[in-house]
Amino acid sequence: MTTRIGIVTFPGSLDDGDAARAARIGGAEVVRLWHAESDLRQVDAVILPGGFSYGDYLRCGAIARFAPVMEAITKAVPDGLPVLGICNGFQILCEAHLLPGALTRNGHLHFRTRDQALRIESPDTAWTNAYEPGQEIIIPVKNGEGRYVADDHTLDELTAEGRIVARYAGGNPNGSLRDIAAVANEGGTVVGIMPHPEHAVETLTGPSLDGLGFFASILKHLVGTQK
Amino acid sequence: MSVDTVGHAAATPNELQPYLELGLSEDEYERIRQILDRRPTQSELAMYSIMWSEHCSYKSSKVHLRQFADKAPRSDRLLAGMGANAGVVRVSDTVAVTFKVESHNHPSFVEPYQGAATGVGGIVRDILAMGARPVAVMDSLRFGAAGHPDTARVLPGVVAGIGGYGNCLGLPNVGGEVVFDPSYQGNPLVNALCLGVLPVDRLQSKAASGAGNVVVLMGAKTGRDGIGGVSVLASATFDDEADQRRPSVQVGDPFTEKLLIEACLELFEARLVVGVQDLGGAGLTCALTETAAAAGTGMRVWLERVPLREPSMEPHEILASESQERMLLVVEPDKLDAVLKTADKWGVLATAIGEVTAPTAPDEPGRLAVTWRDEMVVDAPPGSLVDDGPVYARPMREPADLILLQADRAETLPRPADPDALRETVLRMAASPNLCDKTWVTEQYDRYVLGNTVLAQPQDAGVIRIDERGGLGVALSVDGNGRYARLDPYVGARLALAEAYRNVAVTGARPVAVTDCLNFGSPEDPAVMWQFAEAVRGLAEGCAELNIPVTGGNVSFYNQTGAAAIHPTPVVGVLGVLDDVSQRVPMGFDQDGDVIILLGETHAELSGSEWAWEVHGHLGGVPPQVDLARERLLGEVIADAAAKGHVSSAHDLSDGGLVQALIESCMRRGLGARVALPDEFTAGSMPFLYLFSESAGRAIVAVPRGHEKAFTAICTERGLPWTGIGVVDAHGGELEIRGQFTIPLDELREAWSGTLPRLFGAEASGAALETADEASETALEAADEAAPETAAEAAPETETAADPEAAPEAE
Repeated sequence: MTTRIGIVTFPGSLDDGDAARAARIGGAEVVRLWHAESDLRQVDAVILPGGFSYGDYLRCGAIARFAPVMEAITKAVPDGLPVLGICNGFQILCEAHLLPGALTRNGHLHFRTRDQALRIESPDTAWTNAYEPGQEIIIPVKNGEGRYVADDHTLDELTAEGRIVARYAGGNPNGSLRDIAAVANEGGTVVGIMPHPEHAVETLTGPSLDGLGFFASILKHLVGTQK
Repeated sequence: MSVDTVGHAAATPNELQPYLELGLSEDEYERIRQILDRRPTQSELAMYSIMWSEHCSYKSSKVHLRQFADKAPRSDRLLAGMGANAGVVRVSDTVAVTFKVESHNHPSFVEPYQGAATGVGGIVRDILAMGARPVAVMDSLRFGAAGHPDTARVLPGVVAGIGGYGNCLGLPNVGGEVVFDPSYQGNPLVNALCLGVLPVDRLQSKAASGAGNVVVLMGAKTGRDGIGGVSVLASATFDDEADQRRPSVQVGDPFTEKLLIEACLELFEARLVVGVQDLGGAGLTCALTETAAAAGTGMRVWLERVPLREPSMEPHEILASESQERMLLVVEPDKLDAVLKTADKWGVLATAIGEVTAPTAPDEPGRLAVTWRDEMVVDAPPGSLVDDGPVYARPMREPADLILLQADRAETLPRPADPDALRETVLRMAASPNLCDKTWVTEQYDRYVLGNTVLAQPQDAGVIRIDERGGLGVALSVDGNGRYARLDPYVGARLALAEAYRNVAVTGARPVAVTDCLNFGSPEDPAVMWQFAEAVRGLAEGCAELNIPVTGGNVSFYNQTGAAAIHPTPVVGVLGVLDDVSQRVPMGFDQDGDVIILLGETHAELSGSEWAWEVHGHLGGVPPQVDLARERLLGEVIADAAAKGHVSSAHDLSDGGLVQALIESCMRRGLGARVALPDEFTAGSMPFLYLFSESAGRAIVAVPRGHEKAFTAICTERGLPWTGIGVVDAHGGELEIRGQFTIPLDELREAWSGTLPRLFGAEASGAALETADEASETALEAADEAAPETAAEAAPETETAADPEAAPEAE
């Protein structure tokens, strides 16, 4: 049976096509999901792509969390639906309280695009099990509000529970606390990541093929959990 | 409030009208009265003043621009050319691309962020109006002196504006230029280019054909922003009151534009529109008149139906408003519901505001009739606004100082003549604002979105994959050199063309089409007009020689502050095709042991060079010679050799000469090189000349070991001069010019990369980083629990304090 990955399009989503391409290259069947519909169409996992949903005019992700599709996703998460939020998707997951913390304006106040080194801190999630612990990867980062913040207690807890999924290596591009680039929920099914694995899946267009691991991971995870 | 109606105008022929204030001359006003056979109403006067402005009517440039059509090579690739919103070029049986570059210079000086942002938005809508999906942007930027305090105001705003708008639209920014020169001090140049892709059979027309069809305005509400943008800002010289013109600058909303793009593309795909036109400069006035004039039809418009941001707006303001993110559609009545439904799906306003009408008599042109709450405020033939504007053959005279300027050659300036002085010059030039690393600028742009960017800055050209299955791609470069054009506008325009052509060719692409943005001073100055005419002649003849047509572009006059005009600056964009985009050639050294070969010939050409300007503050002499046949040959040889696997990288030589190309090739992947100068260039100041001459028609290529014989055989057979000058050295970590100097790559990088952060923000952003940390941490500590909202709310305060220009943006 093929794995069905749903890619949500909000008004202002930009990297939805890229996430779809990456999921396809990774071997999944892609199902496009529209923000205004609450039917998840039996997908096995969901990706919230990058972009500027609703223009990010109020606060990044603040409006998107109220979309009908998000209500459906929020309901399905406790039953184990894996969700990957990339960039704006990460912001939406935080706004929806599916992940702790928040993403604020980059410390240097500029939008910044870079080929960024990350260290995979936890391969124990649905989206990173194909990586080795401590593995360094290079994928693009590009955002204006990617600085991860949370209070010390939450940060300590995330660290202790192995929920810091990836850290920036070789320089922090936005001032994120404790160099955090990606975090997971308690079950390791929901992951938010600021850099873009979907932009590192082809030698022709990406800085590496290091992003493919996220898509390989979810396939592996779903095969393992299938009844 | 009483409105000036057609009836009232006929009854009050002697009422005084402010035509001079609106930029119309006495003669032009008289001509309007003749056309209408009465005085114009207030609304009509506003419309004529806009449509007959320099910006819309090209009244000073038209007589010269004809050469682009007259001298253009015939091309069966060209599906739409000059006069359309943008040129459309067929690149395969089923796929076409459209591209165009346009200026937004004056608005970007008055309000850098919004001026530059709406410059991007405007060119994107031009591309959209052709039926294409916009897929990439580029920008060619020129600022005053790098160290001038006003540059520190203008540059960060312009860069943030381009990024803020383009990033939020989801368009990769794949290249462009950043140039500093005091001649642009009060008049920066912001030229934005957009590339779009469409199926050949989806090409859209702007003609409002078919009487009875509905005229629909889609997109943002109409407000008071940008009123008089084209006549006030774009068609007059700047003076001391420039800062009071801020209300003439439009305000952009990229989110609405993104929705507008998606809605339009869905309408095009479903074949729901007959005609489409973007609203840019001159707003509704231009869109209504151009669509009707293109079809020879008339139009009936109920102006009160236009959704307004400010209910108190008067009819002439609605007609003149340059509010952004709007498109005009012409729709068959039975498809109107489907159109409105699609707009609704994307959350975009769409309103039927009028209908297409037939001409009253067979030989008569149609009329544009506009009412405002049942009163007729406009009744004019649309063609008279679009096509019957004045055309001027303005007086031209070679600038009086040109002979002396050309006699003052840079080749006679003192040159570094020993290895130490040469080493110091190399480092100084690498750090100079025009040659230094531009990452500080380009990393504020998203180059990855859409996932088809094959090459982006700092590569010679941006390369975009346009067909994921077939591997078809296009390469684009945009270039200009105001100093060369100042010394000789004819040669300067040809050099700009040659450089853009070469930049595209070194990626292995086949150049096929040209777009241009001609930035000049006031056409009322005969010296400027002469520069313009010479540049157009140079470009038109150059395109004929290269056999690639100019497909469209833009003229920007009045780029001057007071009596001082900018350097004449023709900016040229060249588009090339790669049948297999995976064969593209990048610019950086990436393989140890590759043989470095210099293609072309090096002459003693230093006049107008970056070195003469940077080191001596000198501008004089004649620019380098251009040999377009040689440029063509160079491109063909590289494409041919690349296809056979003989080339691992290729990099064009331009500003800063050979040594700059070597530095950039080394910096790209951090690989060093060992270079030996040819015997005839080893004595005295000859090494300097070899390294810094800006002779055209040259490139360096890195050829893998074992391929050098095959590569040079191709060169020799085709008659392209070549010189083996060195090897790539991945282990030494330095650039060595044998017998002269060695510079560790770290030292080189420090010089090359340090300049822009030092000028525009390393320190400031470092400080901001700490402030932001403290502010949000304090906010978090103050909070009882870790509510994410608290952190998010804490940031905007810091942001406002540190950067008042900043707009919300993130991804």
